[in-house]
Amino acid sequence: MIRFENICRDFKVGDEVVHALKDVNQHIEIGEYASIMGPSGSGKSTLLNVLGLLDTPDSGRYWLNGRDVSQLADDDLAATRQEIIGFVFQSFHLIQRMTALENVELPMVLARVAPAERRDRAHQMLSKTGLEDRMNHRPDQLSGGQRQRVAIARSIVMEPKVLLADEPTGNLDTQSGKEVLDILEGLHADGLTLILVTHDPVIGQRSHLHLRMIDGVIQAERRHQQRRPEDDSHAPV
Amino acid sequence: MRLFDRNQMAMTAVVRYPLRSSMLLVAIAIGVAAVLVLTSLGEGARLYVTSQFNSLGTHLLFVMPGKNEVGGLGGMAGSLGGSPRPFTLADVRALGRSPYIDTTTPMVMGGANINYQGLERDIGVLGTTHTMQRLFEYEMESGRFLPELDLDNASPVCVIGDTIARELFGNAEPVGKWVRMGDRRVRVVGALAQGGQSGGHDLDEAVFVPIAFAMQMYNRESVMRMMVEVTSDEAMVKAKKDVQDIIRARHFGHDDITIMDQGTILNTFNKIFLVLTSTLGGIAAISLAVAGTLIMNVMLVAVSQRTAEIGLLKALGARRSQIIGLFLTEAIMLSLLGAIVGVLVGYAAIEFLRYVYPLVDFQAPDWAVVAAVLTAVASGLLFGIMPARHAADLDPVEALAGN
Repeated sequence: MIRFENICRDFKVGDEVVHALKDVNQHIEIGEYASIMGPSGSGKSTLLNVLGLLDTPDSGRYWLNGRDVSQLADDDLAATRQEIIGFVFQSFHLIQRMTALENVELPMVLARVAPAERRDRAHQMLSKTGLEDRMNHRPDQLSGGQRQRVAIARSIVMEPKVLLADEPTGNLDTQSGKEVLDILEGLHADGLTLILVTHDPVIGQRSHLHLRMIDGVIQAERRHQQRRPEDDSHAPV
Repeated sequence: MRLFDRNQMAMTAVVRYPLRSSMLLVAIAIGVAAVLVLTSLGEGARLYVTSQFNSLGTHLLFVMPGKNEVGGLGGMAGSLGGSPRPFTLADVRALGRSPYIDTTTPMVMGGANINYQGLERDIGVLGTTHTMQRLFEYEMESGRFLPELDLDNASPVCVIGDTIARELFGNAEPVGKWVRMGDRRVRVVGALAQGGQSGGHDLDEAVFVPIAFAMQMYNRESVMRMMVEVTSDEAMVKAKKDVQDIIRARHFGHDDITIMDQGTILNTFNKIFLVLTSTLGGIAAISLAVAGTLIMNVMLVAVSQRTAEIGLLKALGARRSQIIGLFLTEAIMLSLLGAIVGVLVGYAAIEFLRYVYPLVDFQAPDWAVVAAVLTAVASGLLFGIMPARHAADLDPVEALAGN
């Protein structure tokens, strides 16, 4: 599904060159639940940006869904994002002047989906994230947890294969954070590949693929799913 | 992105930032309104002059000594290589014999000092004949217009305009009084009614004397110009030819006169006023170009205000062209709205002008309205391109971070 081969990404900060990703090799399978953790400046955001095709590596190859996407032009990158990747951001990134429904419709507006179908699908997604009665509210009329649920509905409305979440609970209180995480894990349970950046070790513990980043280098640890009690019966011993 | 969705998104952005949008609307509206008002001044002046000419009736010829290219005004005696042969009263009388010509009205213009019991005034003198009144339908306050005299008869009589009558005579009756004009004594036979207009001249300040009297006073043997009233519209061509033939025969084969009909004169005026109107419109259009730079400025601000939104659109798979289209649509929409407001304001201002100066038919020509709106929209497009490209070129990671 996702394969990094010798990915490097450098940034120039003043006169200094910062190696955000140093020769990273990693693969993530379809349907996997991966968490990326690490101190700030360790390169985890860069990793997520490169994964999400928002940033292109300076060298190395990135295989996504069986295709080399390391050297695509801007519009091809956009098309690939549209088709394969959903984003959830720490700061939600909802458009303030649009209602929840319109925000969820936005990816389909860009993809030229017909208005009637758009409305139906946005409805479905908002129902799925428990916001049936908040569809016509604007973001400033919603709580933080509700905003993030709108953002999640928007991220999955195009039926992506991979969901990238950058500290999705970082701006939420514990209860809202738990609800959001439940929704994300539910989506994973339905087969979506979930990759999230987090500072929260508890969330990190729940993932199956644990990617710890330090100074642009990944230390990967694959675990079985024994952390989720409801999965205990299926977990290999 | 569907066209409707794009327009919708641009529109919500326009509405969302009312201060920014209204400032831009005002700038563009001022430019468009300025084009409308200034061109309406030029067009109003043109229509005013045209209507003054048309009030003369349609079958008039204007004859001047000297050969011009048709359509020119005030040319020189080119083909003769010298000054033109004098255009004499005998020539005028000869023209009167053409069957296609109703009346001939010669004119000599000059200045003089008029004096009545110590009250003095410098005036413009117009030497002509009684037929002038028939052409211009002058109204009399008292007395009569110039009497019907033989062309050679330098009878010392005059007709005075209303302002001169009041300044020299106060409330007294001017008719029958003797005034001094230069070194001659002249009897006032009539006073014109107030407020008369003819061919743009103010008749209140005019003094009419018989043509022969004026020629004596200015010691000249030729008339300056002549108006020929043709019997009918259909006879215009024949009358023109008659004038040419008769003068050529009398001037030893030289075509040393210029004949213009109203059409030629009107064409000339129309050309002059078209240039004037276009120039005024062009000057006003510069303000639209200035508004264009404001569009660029405002759109650049819009892009930086919505950097995170652009980043989001990119993350959601927006193509470069979609982002350019979105911001261009917004710029064009703002300039189009501004143009619409400007057209409304411009028409209102023109109505106001018409109310203040009811004599002049101010109206913005249609081409100027269309050109103003197109220029506004074109500057929106032109000056919107750079900010839109700037938006599309943003790096998605940086944009999402709001940088």
